[in-house]
Amino acid sequence: MKEQLQKDFDNTIENLSLSQKDIEIKKFYLDNFISRGFPNRREEDWKFSDLNQIIKKNIGTLSFYSDYMSTNKVDTSVFVDGLEHNKIVFINGRIEKIDFDYEKKDQIEIIDQSETINKFNNNNSLSDLNNAFTNKSFKILVKRGYQLAKPLIIYHTTNSKIWSKNINLRLNFELDKGSSLRLIDLFNETSEKNFLNIFYSFDLKENAVLKNYKIDKFENKNIKYSFNNIEQEKNSISETFILSSGSNFCKNEINCNLKGKYSSAFINGIFSLSKDRHHEIRTTINHLTENTKSYQLVKSVLDDSSKAVYQGKIFVNSEAQKTDGYQLSKAILLNEASEFNAKPELEIYADDVKCSHGSSSGSLNEDSIFYLMSRGLNYQQSRELLINGFLLDVIEKITDSEIKNLIKNMIGVKE
Amino acid sequence: MDTREKEIEKLKDYKYGFSTDIENTRAPKGLNEDVIKFISNIKKEPKWMLDFRLKAFERFKQLKEPDWQKPKYPKIDYQNLYYYSAPKSMDDKPKSLDELDPKLLETYKKLGIPLQEQARLNGIAVDAVFDSVSVATTFREELSKLGIIFCPISEAIQNHPELVKKYLGSVIPITDHFFATLNSAVFTDGSFAYIPEGVRCPMELSTYFRINASNTGQFERTLIVADKGSYVSYLEGCTAPMRDENQLHAANVELIALDDAEIKYSTVQNWYPGDKDGKGGIYNFVTKRGLCKGKNSKISWTQVETGSAITWKYPSCILKGDNSVGEFYSIAITNNHQKADTGTKMIHLGKNTKSKIISKGISAGFSDMTYRGLVDISSKASNSNNYTQCDSLLMGNKCGAHTVPYIKNKNSESNIAHEATTSKISEEQLHYCQQRGLSQEEAVGLIVNGFCKEVLQQLPMEFAVEAQKLVGISLEGSVG
Repeated sequence: MKEQLQKDFDNTIENLSLSQKDIEIKKFYLDNFISRGFPNRREEDWKFSDLNQIIKKNIGTLSFYSDYMSTNKVDTSVFVDGLEHNKIVFINGRIEKIDFDYEKKDQIEIIDQSETINKFNNNNSLSDLNNAFTNKSFKILVKRGYQLAKPLIIYHTTNSKIWSKNINLRLNFELDKGSSLRLIDLFNETSEKNFLNIFYSFDLKENAVLKNYKIDKFENKNIKYSFNNIEQEKNSISETFILSSGSNFCKNEINCNLKGKYSSAFINGIFSLSKDRHHEIRTTINHLTENTKSYQLVKSVLDDSSKAVYQGKIFVNSEAQKTDGYQLSKAILLNEASEFNAKPELEIYADDVKCSHGSSSGSLNEDSIFYLMSRGLNYQQSRELLINGFLLDVIEKITDSEIKNLIKNMIGVKE
Repeated sequence: MDTREKEIEKLKDYKYGFSTDIENTRAPKGLNEDVIKFISNIKKEPKWMLDFRLKAFERFKQLKEPDWQKPKYPKIDYQNLYYYSAPKSMDDKPKSLDELDPKLLETYKKLGIPLQEQARLNGIAVDAVFDSVSVATTFREELSKLGIIFCPISEAIQNHPELVKKYLGSVIPITDHFFATLNSAVFTDGSFAYIPEGVRCPMELSTYFRINASNTGQFERTLIVADKGSYVSYLEGCTAPMRDENQLHAANVELIALDDAEIKYSTVQNWYPGDKDGKGGIYNFVTKRGLCKGKNSKISWTQVETGSAITWKYPSCILKGDNSVGEFYSIAITNNHQKADTGTKMIHLGKNTKSKIISKGISAGFSDMTYRGLVDISSKASNSNNYTQCDSLLMGNKCGAHTVPYIKNKNSESNIAHEATTSKISEEQLHYCQQRGLSQEEAVGLIVNGFCKEVLQQLPMEFAVEAQKLVGISLEGSVG
């Protein structure tokens, strides 16, 4: 893999007009990645999902070079109907379109940051990989007090032009005081066997509100890793919703630093898996100061030989008195071969806190099915009704009604 | 204050902190084949036992000390330890308690474990282990009438080799982790109990461990086999003198329950925890594992962990037999600079297996406490159940409480439920108690005992009383 990386790196650098200093920095990260390789199960955070093996098994040899010179045609048919929205379109990892038509132009600034490399609160080797190979990264700044009128949908589209490729993306968001943003990450892929490595960072100033929805619904054979870092100042709120369903392998990682008083973070997730898919959500919530709050709810429905992993950690440092932290994960295993692994973790250094977690996994309740069947539903209907209700619980947590309806329609959950 | 008064003052905190001045026979310092041969030789062990040890030692040389645990400790120099230390008077084994060195008897009396006749009223058979040897085992005759074998493991190796050979290392193989393998190579003494088919052991069996010599590691090994349909309740207690250095205690405990058998294993661990500034104390790195080998068997662990500078252990159950049951009840209390990383593993292999974990952690002062547990339901363990509850109580903001459960479910017909909470003693509760005339300390003691009640209930009577007191003492001075 080393020669491949080196060669692809040289090719990538050639096409970018970078300063000598930036090349040095990128080289540094490349060397880091070469020496560490893809994360494997010997690393605690990857204990349940050995990415190295998964890539080997599903893709084989990856190539890291992408030709970003030629443009791709934007296929408008993938756009979401019935919801007015702003767009950012990635096709095969290349930004094709940034469009904030519905917003006041002077309130949003898009800064090309290709030449600065940001540090992430993530020490796994994938951040090195991302740093070494991203070509363009943008920072989207929402100015003070501005609340976006329409949600922003980021389309991640890939087509069959690429094969066995590694795609590295990066976006940075800054929400200034009192601003708000609704963001939907929508994956729509027709390609196969690629590895997407996506890094977002969010910087929430005082009173900022972020609603962050990640939807991986459509079936595809790609492997994904997504890392979101959320920094939160006083009174800010972040809400993250993850629908994890379509990809062959997908790991969503959310790292949230509650730095300001009264800031709060909500993370809700659904795993709806079948076949031999293997998905993971890993969250880390760092309560760093007083009076912060976090809430997490993850529900899974697992069929066939699918596997879901939830690793959630609540960290409370000794200054963070009056912390309120809650975490719950529930899983229904529908098939003998399915598997659910959880590691809900609490690390607490302050005494005046309220922290709890719960985790349960098991089969569908036969008594409930019996109840429904005795009222005239057949087995299949009863099962669907129960699963619907189980998942609806999470969807109801979405605070934005427009997007809630969109997601409900998308996964066909009826009320 | 003169030195004597100071000493008394010191002993108040840890009343078992005295040391017995007794002449010792020691193995040469360090860890090598010769030392292992020395131990084997002094125990007059047969060849197969020595081979077992040497094989373990070979393996040990390839292993690396684990470092994933939460409490970090300075590197232990394994060559700077004595691996065998025994009172000289034990060189020729005394035939009965009357021949036992009075100093030893005195020591156990001070510890509240009378070995002599009057103890009979107590109705508990005790095996007393002093440093590396077992000094006395009471009630052996009565037990042997029922066919129960209860003796030091060194004697069992000679008198019951067929049993020891069959079961030793069958639950904790010599290729296990670093400390378990070290124990397999150098273990010195410990208890052996065998309960024959269909026998319900009429009294509590108990082992009392005492580390006395300085600079010595204690490596005892306990093996309990409950044959078909039998029942045994086993208690373990431990103390050590106050010393400024850290001492290593790496024991292995293996339990085997055959069809319909039940083993109940209770521990009150009260090793010297180190002084207020975290100096000294025992490193308690123990491997405890039970195998529910037969159908309908049951193993239940109860532990009260109040001592040790660092506690690092996970009493586990392997539920291999169908319908077998594993239980784990734990109270861990850390104060001052103590650290604990403890919990359990429940490995479900058989059908209809059930396990229950109740863990209560209390941390005060500058201490740090971690519950780490694994529940693993394999794909063949249909219709299995696990329930886990771990609660932590924090006193002050200089201490930490952590929960790290690993939950793996590979069977769709099985259920796992896990709950954990972290909180502090509520002002309202304290106020209520104080209003009714309790001092703050008493009130805290009462509330904490209530918090621990679920686990304390599991202990045999005599132990429960002791444990309850221990809970109070361990937390003295941690409020206010």
